[in-house]
Amino acid sequence: MRAWNLIKIYTVLVYIFMFAPVAVVLLLAFNSSQFGGFPIEGFSLRWFAKLFENEAIMRAFETSLILGVLTAFFATTLGILASLALVRYKVPGKEWITTLLISPVLVPETVLAVGLLIFLRWLSMPRSFAVLLLGHTMIALPFVVLVVQARLVGIRKEYEEAARSLGANPLQTFFQVTLPLLMPAVFAGALFAFTISFDNITATIFWRPAGSETVPTQIFGMLRNSVSPEINALGFVMIVITVGVPLMAGGLARYFARKR
Amino acid sequence: MAQVELRGVTKSFGAFLAVKTVDIDFQEGSFTTLLGPSGCGKTTILRMIAGLEKPTGGDILIGGRRVNDVPVHKRNLGIVFQNYALFPHKTIGENIAFGLKYRGVSRADAAKKVSDALDIVRLPGVEDRYPTQLSGGQQQRIALARAIVIEPDVLLLDEPLSALDANLREELRVELKTIQHRIGVTSVFVTHDQSEALAMSDRIVVMSAGRVQQQGEPEEVYNAPATEFVASFLGAANLIEATVASADGADVVVDTRHFGRFAVPKKAANGLGPGARGKVVARAEKLKLYPAASAPEGGVSAPGTVEATDYQGQIVRYFVRVGDIQLQSVGMIDGSPFQEGTEIAVGIRPDECVVLPAEEPSE
Ligand SMILES: Nc1ncnc2c1ncn2[C@@H]1O[C@H](COP(=O)(O)OP(=O)(O)O)[C@@H](O)[C@H]1O
Ligand SMILES: [Mg+2]
Repeated sequence: MRAWNLIKIYTVLVYIFMFAPVAVVLLLAFNSSQFGGFPIEGFSLRWFAKLFENEAIMRAFETSLILGVLTAFFATTLGILASLALVRYKVPGKEWITTLLISPVLVPETVLAVGLLIFLRWLSMPRSFAVLLLGHTMIALPFVVLVVQARLVGIRKEYEEAARSLGANPLQTFFQVTLPLLMPAVFAGALFAFTISFDNITATIFWRPAGSETVPTQIFGMLRNSVSPEINALGFVMIVITVGVPLMAGGLARYFARKR
Repeated sequence: MAQVELRGVTKSFGAFLAVKTVDIDFQEGSFTTLLGPSGCGKTTILRMIAGLEKPTGGDILIGGRRVNDVPVHKRNLGIVFQNYALFPHKTIGENIAFGLKYRGVSRADAAKKVSDALDIVRLPGVEDRYPTQLSGGQQQRIALARAIVIEPDVLLLDEPLSALDANLREELRVELKTIQHRIGVTSVFVTHDQSEALAMSDRIVVMSAGRVQQQGEPEEVYNAPATEFVASFLGAANLIEATVASADGADVVVDTRHFGRFAVPKKAANGLGPGARGKVVARAEKLKLYPAASAPEGGVSAPGTVEATDYQGQIVRYFVRVGDIQLQSVGMIDGSPFQEGTEIAVGIRPDECVVLPAEEPSE
């Protein structure tokens, strides 16, 4: 009994340790005080209002959203193709290709970032939005591949074979049968890719073109001056997006699954 | 409808030979079963006919045309899989209409064909349901409907009944045969279940380890097995060692250690000459047991002991010891069955026996 209680207390402490900083940000975002700290003086939405008036932040937001959506699109498309090739076709050196695809997860991001920059310098390409997109896609791809591959392995080949036997060519079979069955994983992979891109800071600092900011680099820049309460409001918005979007998507998916 | 021919077809997976030089003719409109134990290459042959595997050697002809290089979706075949393989994200109606889409059938015609197909498999009106809302047996009927609605040249069935429970299996096998007979489509059926094969087939191809052991009508394969494998795979057979004593006249006389000397019809002796060693095949249901010392006069019999009985309702199976061999006998229960340990006489009917040549140990 005593041991159980200890474990319970310990668990609660771990959770407090993990979520207290998040809670602090969430709370302070609504603090009316000038200074981003406790005690909380009163409830106010003024920091949110200021946030929306701040053009630099809004521009960073736009960049982050576009970058996230495009990263999700490219990483998912490439991830599906790579998974199909690796799971459904006989590819020589399959294990090596898989390892190579997954490796961006294992390599420290700083190394990856510097590596890509050196490579681009060698090609004498300047830093640009396209480079940033390429880099984010590279970082997100392994997650998409892992999720999609796991699902594809679970889809029996017979579905595709039945479609082929009924007269569908390989492309028709993919769009009529494989892709719809793969959809939950594609969806999850795309969300993963979006959040990974939206959250990324280390590599982004290396890759972003001069004068262009994403939300994380913008926050980072602002922090160098002072901890403005605006940042707490921005933090709140980011948490809502990175936690809320997947939750909402999951809810929608379940809703449509039930309607069926 | 078309005839399917396999000519010297082989298939290897890496260094492993799964199918070894197989020649089979599937007659137009016939129901042919590939029968054999698990792993003998039945599915591989079916998949090669379908175009889902490429033969390593030999030719496959459908309707007289060589199809080795024709891709699956251009072969016009219906396939029914063991696990139904209905598209889970499509309704029953969409599942059945799937193949019609690629054949330029108009929407209205497709709806009519789908509902006709559902009538044929006796599941009318389920168009709007999803596969998971149907039972296993119903799903397999839908899979059959989806395969036949496109009017395929050949219908390929890979153990379609194996995933169902016993009662349903027997019900569906009768129905499947009836439907096949009605639409007259050339059908290739794969099973490891000999009773399914015997009940449904026009022809049976018995396979073992990638080779065809025997092909013929069910009665032929059952009553006149060509190899020891066929004899023991279909039903229970007793193999009794024998040597041919003489082979002149209408009969062939064989010598056995356990049943002495007796004559079998010449056509049952597979051309064995005097001195040849072989085995007499006596099916379990042809082996008669009598109380000791009351075997009929002039019959071929040997004394034995009942070692074990396997009571199956109306039928009983006896395991009988005769000298150094154990024989099986299956019969309807008629009066009171023999108890274990009873001394009995075992009788065989020579005119119902087949003699097979002794086999070299296979590789
Ligand atoms: N794609 C494959 N790769 C390697 N071996 C295979 C493949 N498909 C089948 N085999 C092997 O070929 C043999 C025959 O298989 P199969 O045709 O499925 O047998 P059956 O249907 O009679 O049970 C088996 O030993 C199986 O392991
Ligand atoms: Mg099989």
